[in-house]
Amino acid sequence: MKTINLTLQIWRQKNKDAPGDFETFTLNNISTAMSFLEMLDLLNENLTLQGQEPVAFDHDCREGVCGMCGAMVNGIAHGPEPETTLCQLHMRHFQSGDTLVIEPFRSRAFPIKRDLVIDRSALDRIIQAGGYISVNTGGAPEAGTIPIPAKTAELAMDAAACIGCGACVASCPSGAAMLFTGAKISQLSRLPQGQPERKERALAMVQAMDREGFGNCSNERECEAVCPKAISIRHVARMNREYLLASFFGE
Amino acid sequence: MELHAHIPSGPLAQKWDTHRLASGLISPANRRKFKIIVVGTGLAGASAAATLAEQGYQVTALCIQDSPRRAHSISAQGGINAAKNYQNDGDSVLRLFQDTIKGGDFRAREANVYRLAQISNGIIDQCVAQGVPFAREYGGTLANRSFGGALVSRTFYARGQTGQQLLLAAYGALSRQIKAGRVTMLPRREMLELVVINGCARGIVTRNLINGDLENHPADAVILATGGYGNAYFLSTNAMSSNATAIMRAWKAGAGFANPCFVQIHPTCIPAQGHHQSKLTLMSESLRNDGRVWIPKIFGDRRDPAAIPENERDYYLEEKYPRFGNLVPRDVASRNAKKQCDAGRGVGETGMAVYLDFCAAIERDGEAVILRKYGNLFKMYEKITACDPLQVPMLIAPAVHYTMGGLWVDYNLMTTIPGLFAIGECNFSDHGANRLGASALMQGLADGYFIIGTSIAHYLSSTSLDYVTPQHVGFLEAQKNAYDRTQRLLRNNSRITGKKATVTTMHRELGNLLWNHCGMSRNRAGLEQALAKIPVLREAFWDQVCVPGTGHELNQSLERAGRVVDFIECAGIMLRDALAREESCGCHLREESQTEEQEAKRDDDRYSHVSVWEYRGDEEQPMLHKEALSFENINPSQRSYT
Repeated sequence: MKTINLTLQIWRQKNKDAPGDFETFTLNNISTAMSFLEMLDLLNENLTLQGQEPVAFDHDCREGVCGMCGAMVNGIAHGPEPETTLCQLHMRHFQSGDTLVIEPFRSRAFPIKRDLVIDRSALDRIIQAGGYISVNTGGAPEAGTIPIPAKTAELAMDAAACIGCGACVASCPSGAAMLFTGAKISQLSRLPQGQPERKERALAMVQAMDREGFGNCSNERECEAVCPKAISIRHVARMNREYLLASFFGE
Repeated sequence: MELHAHIPSGPLAQKWDTHRLASGLISPANRRKFKIIVVGTGLAGASAAATLAEQGYQVTALCIQDSPRRAHSISAQGGINAAKNYQNDGDSVLRLFQDTIKGGDFRAREANVYRLAQISNGIIDQCVAQGVPFAREYGGTLANRSFGGALVSRTFYARGQTGQQLLLAAYGALSRQIKAGRVTMLPRREMLELVVINGCARGIVTRNLINGDLENHPADAVILATGGYGNAYFLSTNAMSSNATAIMRAWKAGAGFANPCFVQIHPTCIPAQGHHQSKLTLMSESLRNDGRVWIPKIFGDRRDPAAIPENERDYYLEEKYPRFGNLVPRDVASRNAKKQCDAGRGVGETGMAVYLDFCAAIERDGEAVILRKYGNLFKMYEKITACDPLQVPMLIAPAVHYTMGGLWVDYNLMTTIPGLFAIGECNFSDHGANRLGASALMQGLADGYFIIGTSIAHYLSSTSLDYVTPQHVGFLEAQKNAYDRTQRLLRNNSRITGKKATVTTMHRELGNLLWNHCGMSRNRAGLEQALAKIPVLREAFWDQVCVPGTGHELNQSLERAGRVVDFIECAGIMLRDALAREESCGCHLREESQTEEQEAKRDDDRYSHVSVWEYRGDEEQPMLHKEALSFENINPSQRSYT
């Protein structure tokens, strides 16, 4: 099995109020079959046995769908492979002798909790503002009564694939959460079920986004480039259109 | 421990209606006076929390991740079953019921499973109304596929991300209630204690994973939706934080643990790449529709698969099971793969895999057709392994996927502790000894959206509860237990013993033990040997494990250590249960119970029951109770695939 040796510069920060800094580690014998997180596991195993505190990082499903993991690797959210979360990034994409700079996703709206662990609850609050269809359990009509063209369902699914990791925010020069918000608005505005609340939803979610301190899109398309689920920036345009329509023609 | 399943009387099809009519209600205006805790926000937990809040209860929901949207239901790929019969291919509630009971190898309750099948249709209605982008036909109607060997097309799906879409819809419903102030959402919390006062579950103690605070949460009822315990095996398809702590805490507080040895092992996972492997990724078993499983005929043949000619390949499934070939059920496929690997005939770098070859299918249908069917799976496989299944055969291996066992619950989904409910994978209720594909999502949502509300209203209307505060002595004691356990984990005896091990090392060792002796194929000698090793492992854990840091901060080593202690204990009960069940059934083969063709032999005379284990103290052995199963609407038949 092929192995590589790396120098890692990792952001260490004890808690949200403590000052942080980079710490440098040398890590040898990394199997190229490892995932990036398994490489961090290896580092942490070594640190633990040496009596040092391991690097805290968020992760859960390790299948690229829960959205919990994520870090900047040499300045790129989720690292250099396109359409790949950090947990699905494998070490064969790196060369022995490389230096990797690993930092948390940075944004005014994402306070650092420890090392690479951040607080993304701002994204939850955007969804709480209206990222759903208001239907109580039991109040649903028979599923077959709502025909939806296959293409519409596919387009809605493209938007719905968002995993809420926050890479788009971390990569945006303005710290915007517009790809995240736009994806949800876009999904629901395409579907017939989403029509009754369409205007209120667009207004409420955009306002929530502003309230949380996220910036505005400046069309640099960094978000789309790093999105592990290839969510298109067209959803941002769609969000803007929905917002404008709601602002002009809303009640 | 008394086991009253509270199955309503009357004909099967009317039981659920009868039960709802007989259940007590709480008036809408009074519901806000009751506080309900929901632990876990997967499909079961999120749907329960949202639904109870809609009904007017005060709900506190907790999850271990940073957001309720990340629970592991999100990884479910295949789909969700329902008896809609949209395809007009002969499906019905009765057929879904029969398939589920048969799939579970006659080890589930008829009444529960029938209710599940009845509710299945309402789930689809609910999810469509919530905006789940299910796959559609060109005419706009909902699309279905057949799944997991079912003879009808009843599975609804959203690409390969059905679990994600259903979970995000439930998360949306939950978010709406959070916004409305009816749900208090506490993320990054881990349940460390269940508080039982006057015999009733009255709340929990949690650890705030960010600052380490131990917090007391009093309530009128507690619902556990904490998932399964598959991570006891170390390597599984479960998420990294999936754990058995809530189940074990409930067990120690008096809840029965039912059928702990019923574990499903999925045949088509990407094999471990080496010692560093932290978890396994499942590939949809639909791959077996077109892939052919083989290994080299010559022992130790390390040639490139392409260099091995057709007549030197052993298509062992096709040979042994000519009727079903590569489409034998999950357990049969898994068992045979492990048998070949254990005999040293496996392939791949670790020798713990078999080939799944698409060569013949590509030749027959062309690359385009195969890619249309499996393109996303091939892409996922290539991302992880850097191999293209169009060029070289896939390597697949079995992996622990789902635990059918769990907390024992009655028809109300209430455990043996009044006021403590268990929903979703953490209960044992509906899947018997084996779960059908696309039925986990159905059960989680049935429990959360449609069943738990009736149960909660009935419980609260028929029980008189005193007001308890977070300062109640029951909470103070529980908090002290949690504190003491944390301190013990941080003591680091390794400094004294001089032997150092990480939590991961201990966990891996436990996993190997279970995988080798309590996997798809078991025997008395192996189980006894493994059971004898549990105390040794526990002692080694306390002597050697290093847990850096303190309890007053975000400390992931401490979190993991606590979970592994509970997995060790959980493994003990799994092994005991596997020992006691001297029959082959569902997912597992008990080697002493085989037919002449060396296939699984179920023993209905002795084992047509649910095994329920009662905790009787750390020094005592747990006690086995049995809930007899009776089948009045379906005749228990033996499976045959040869």
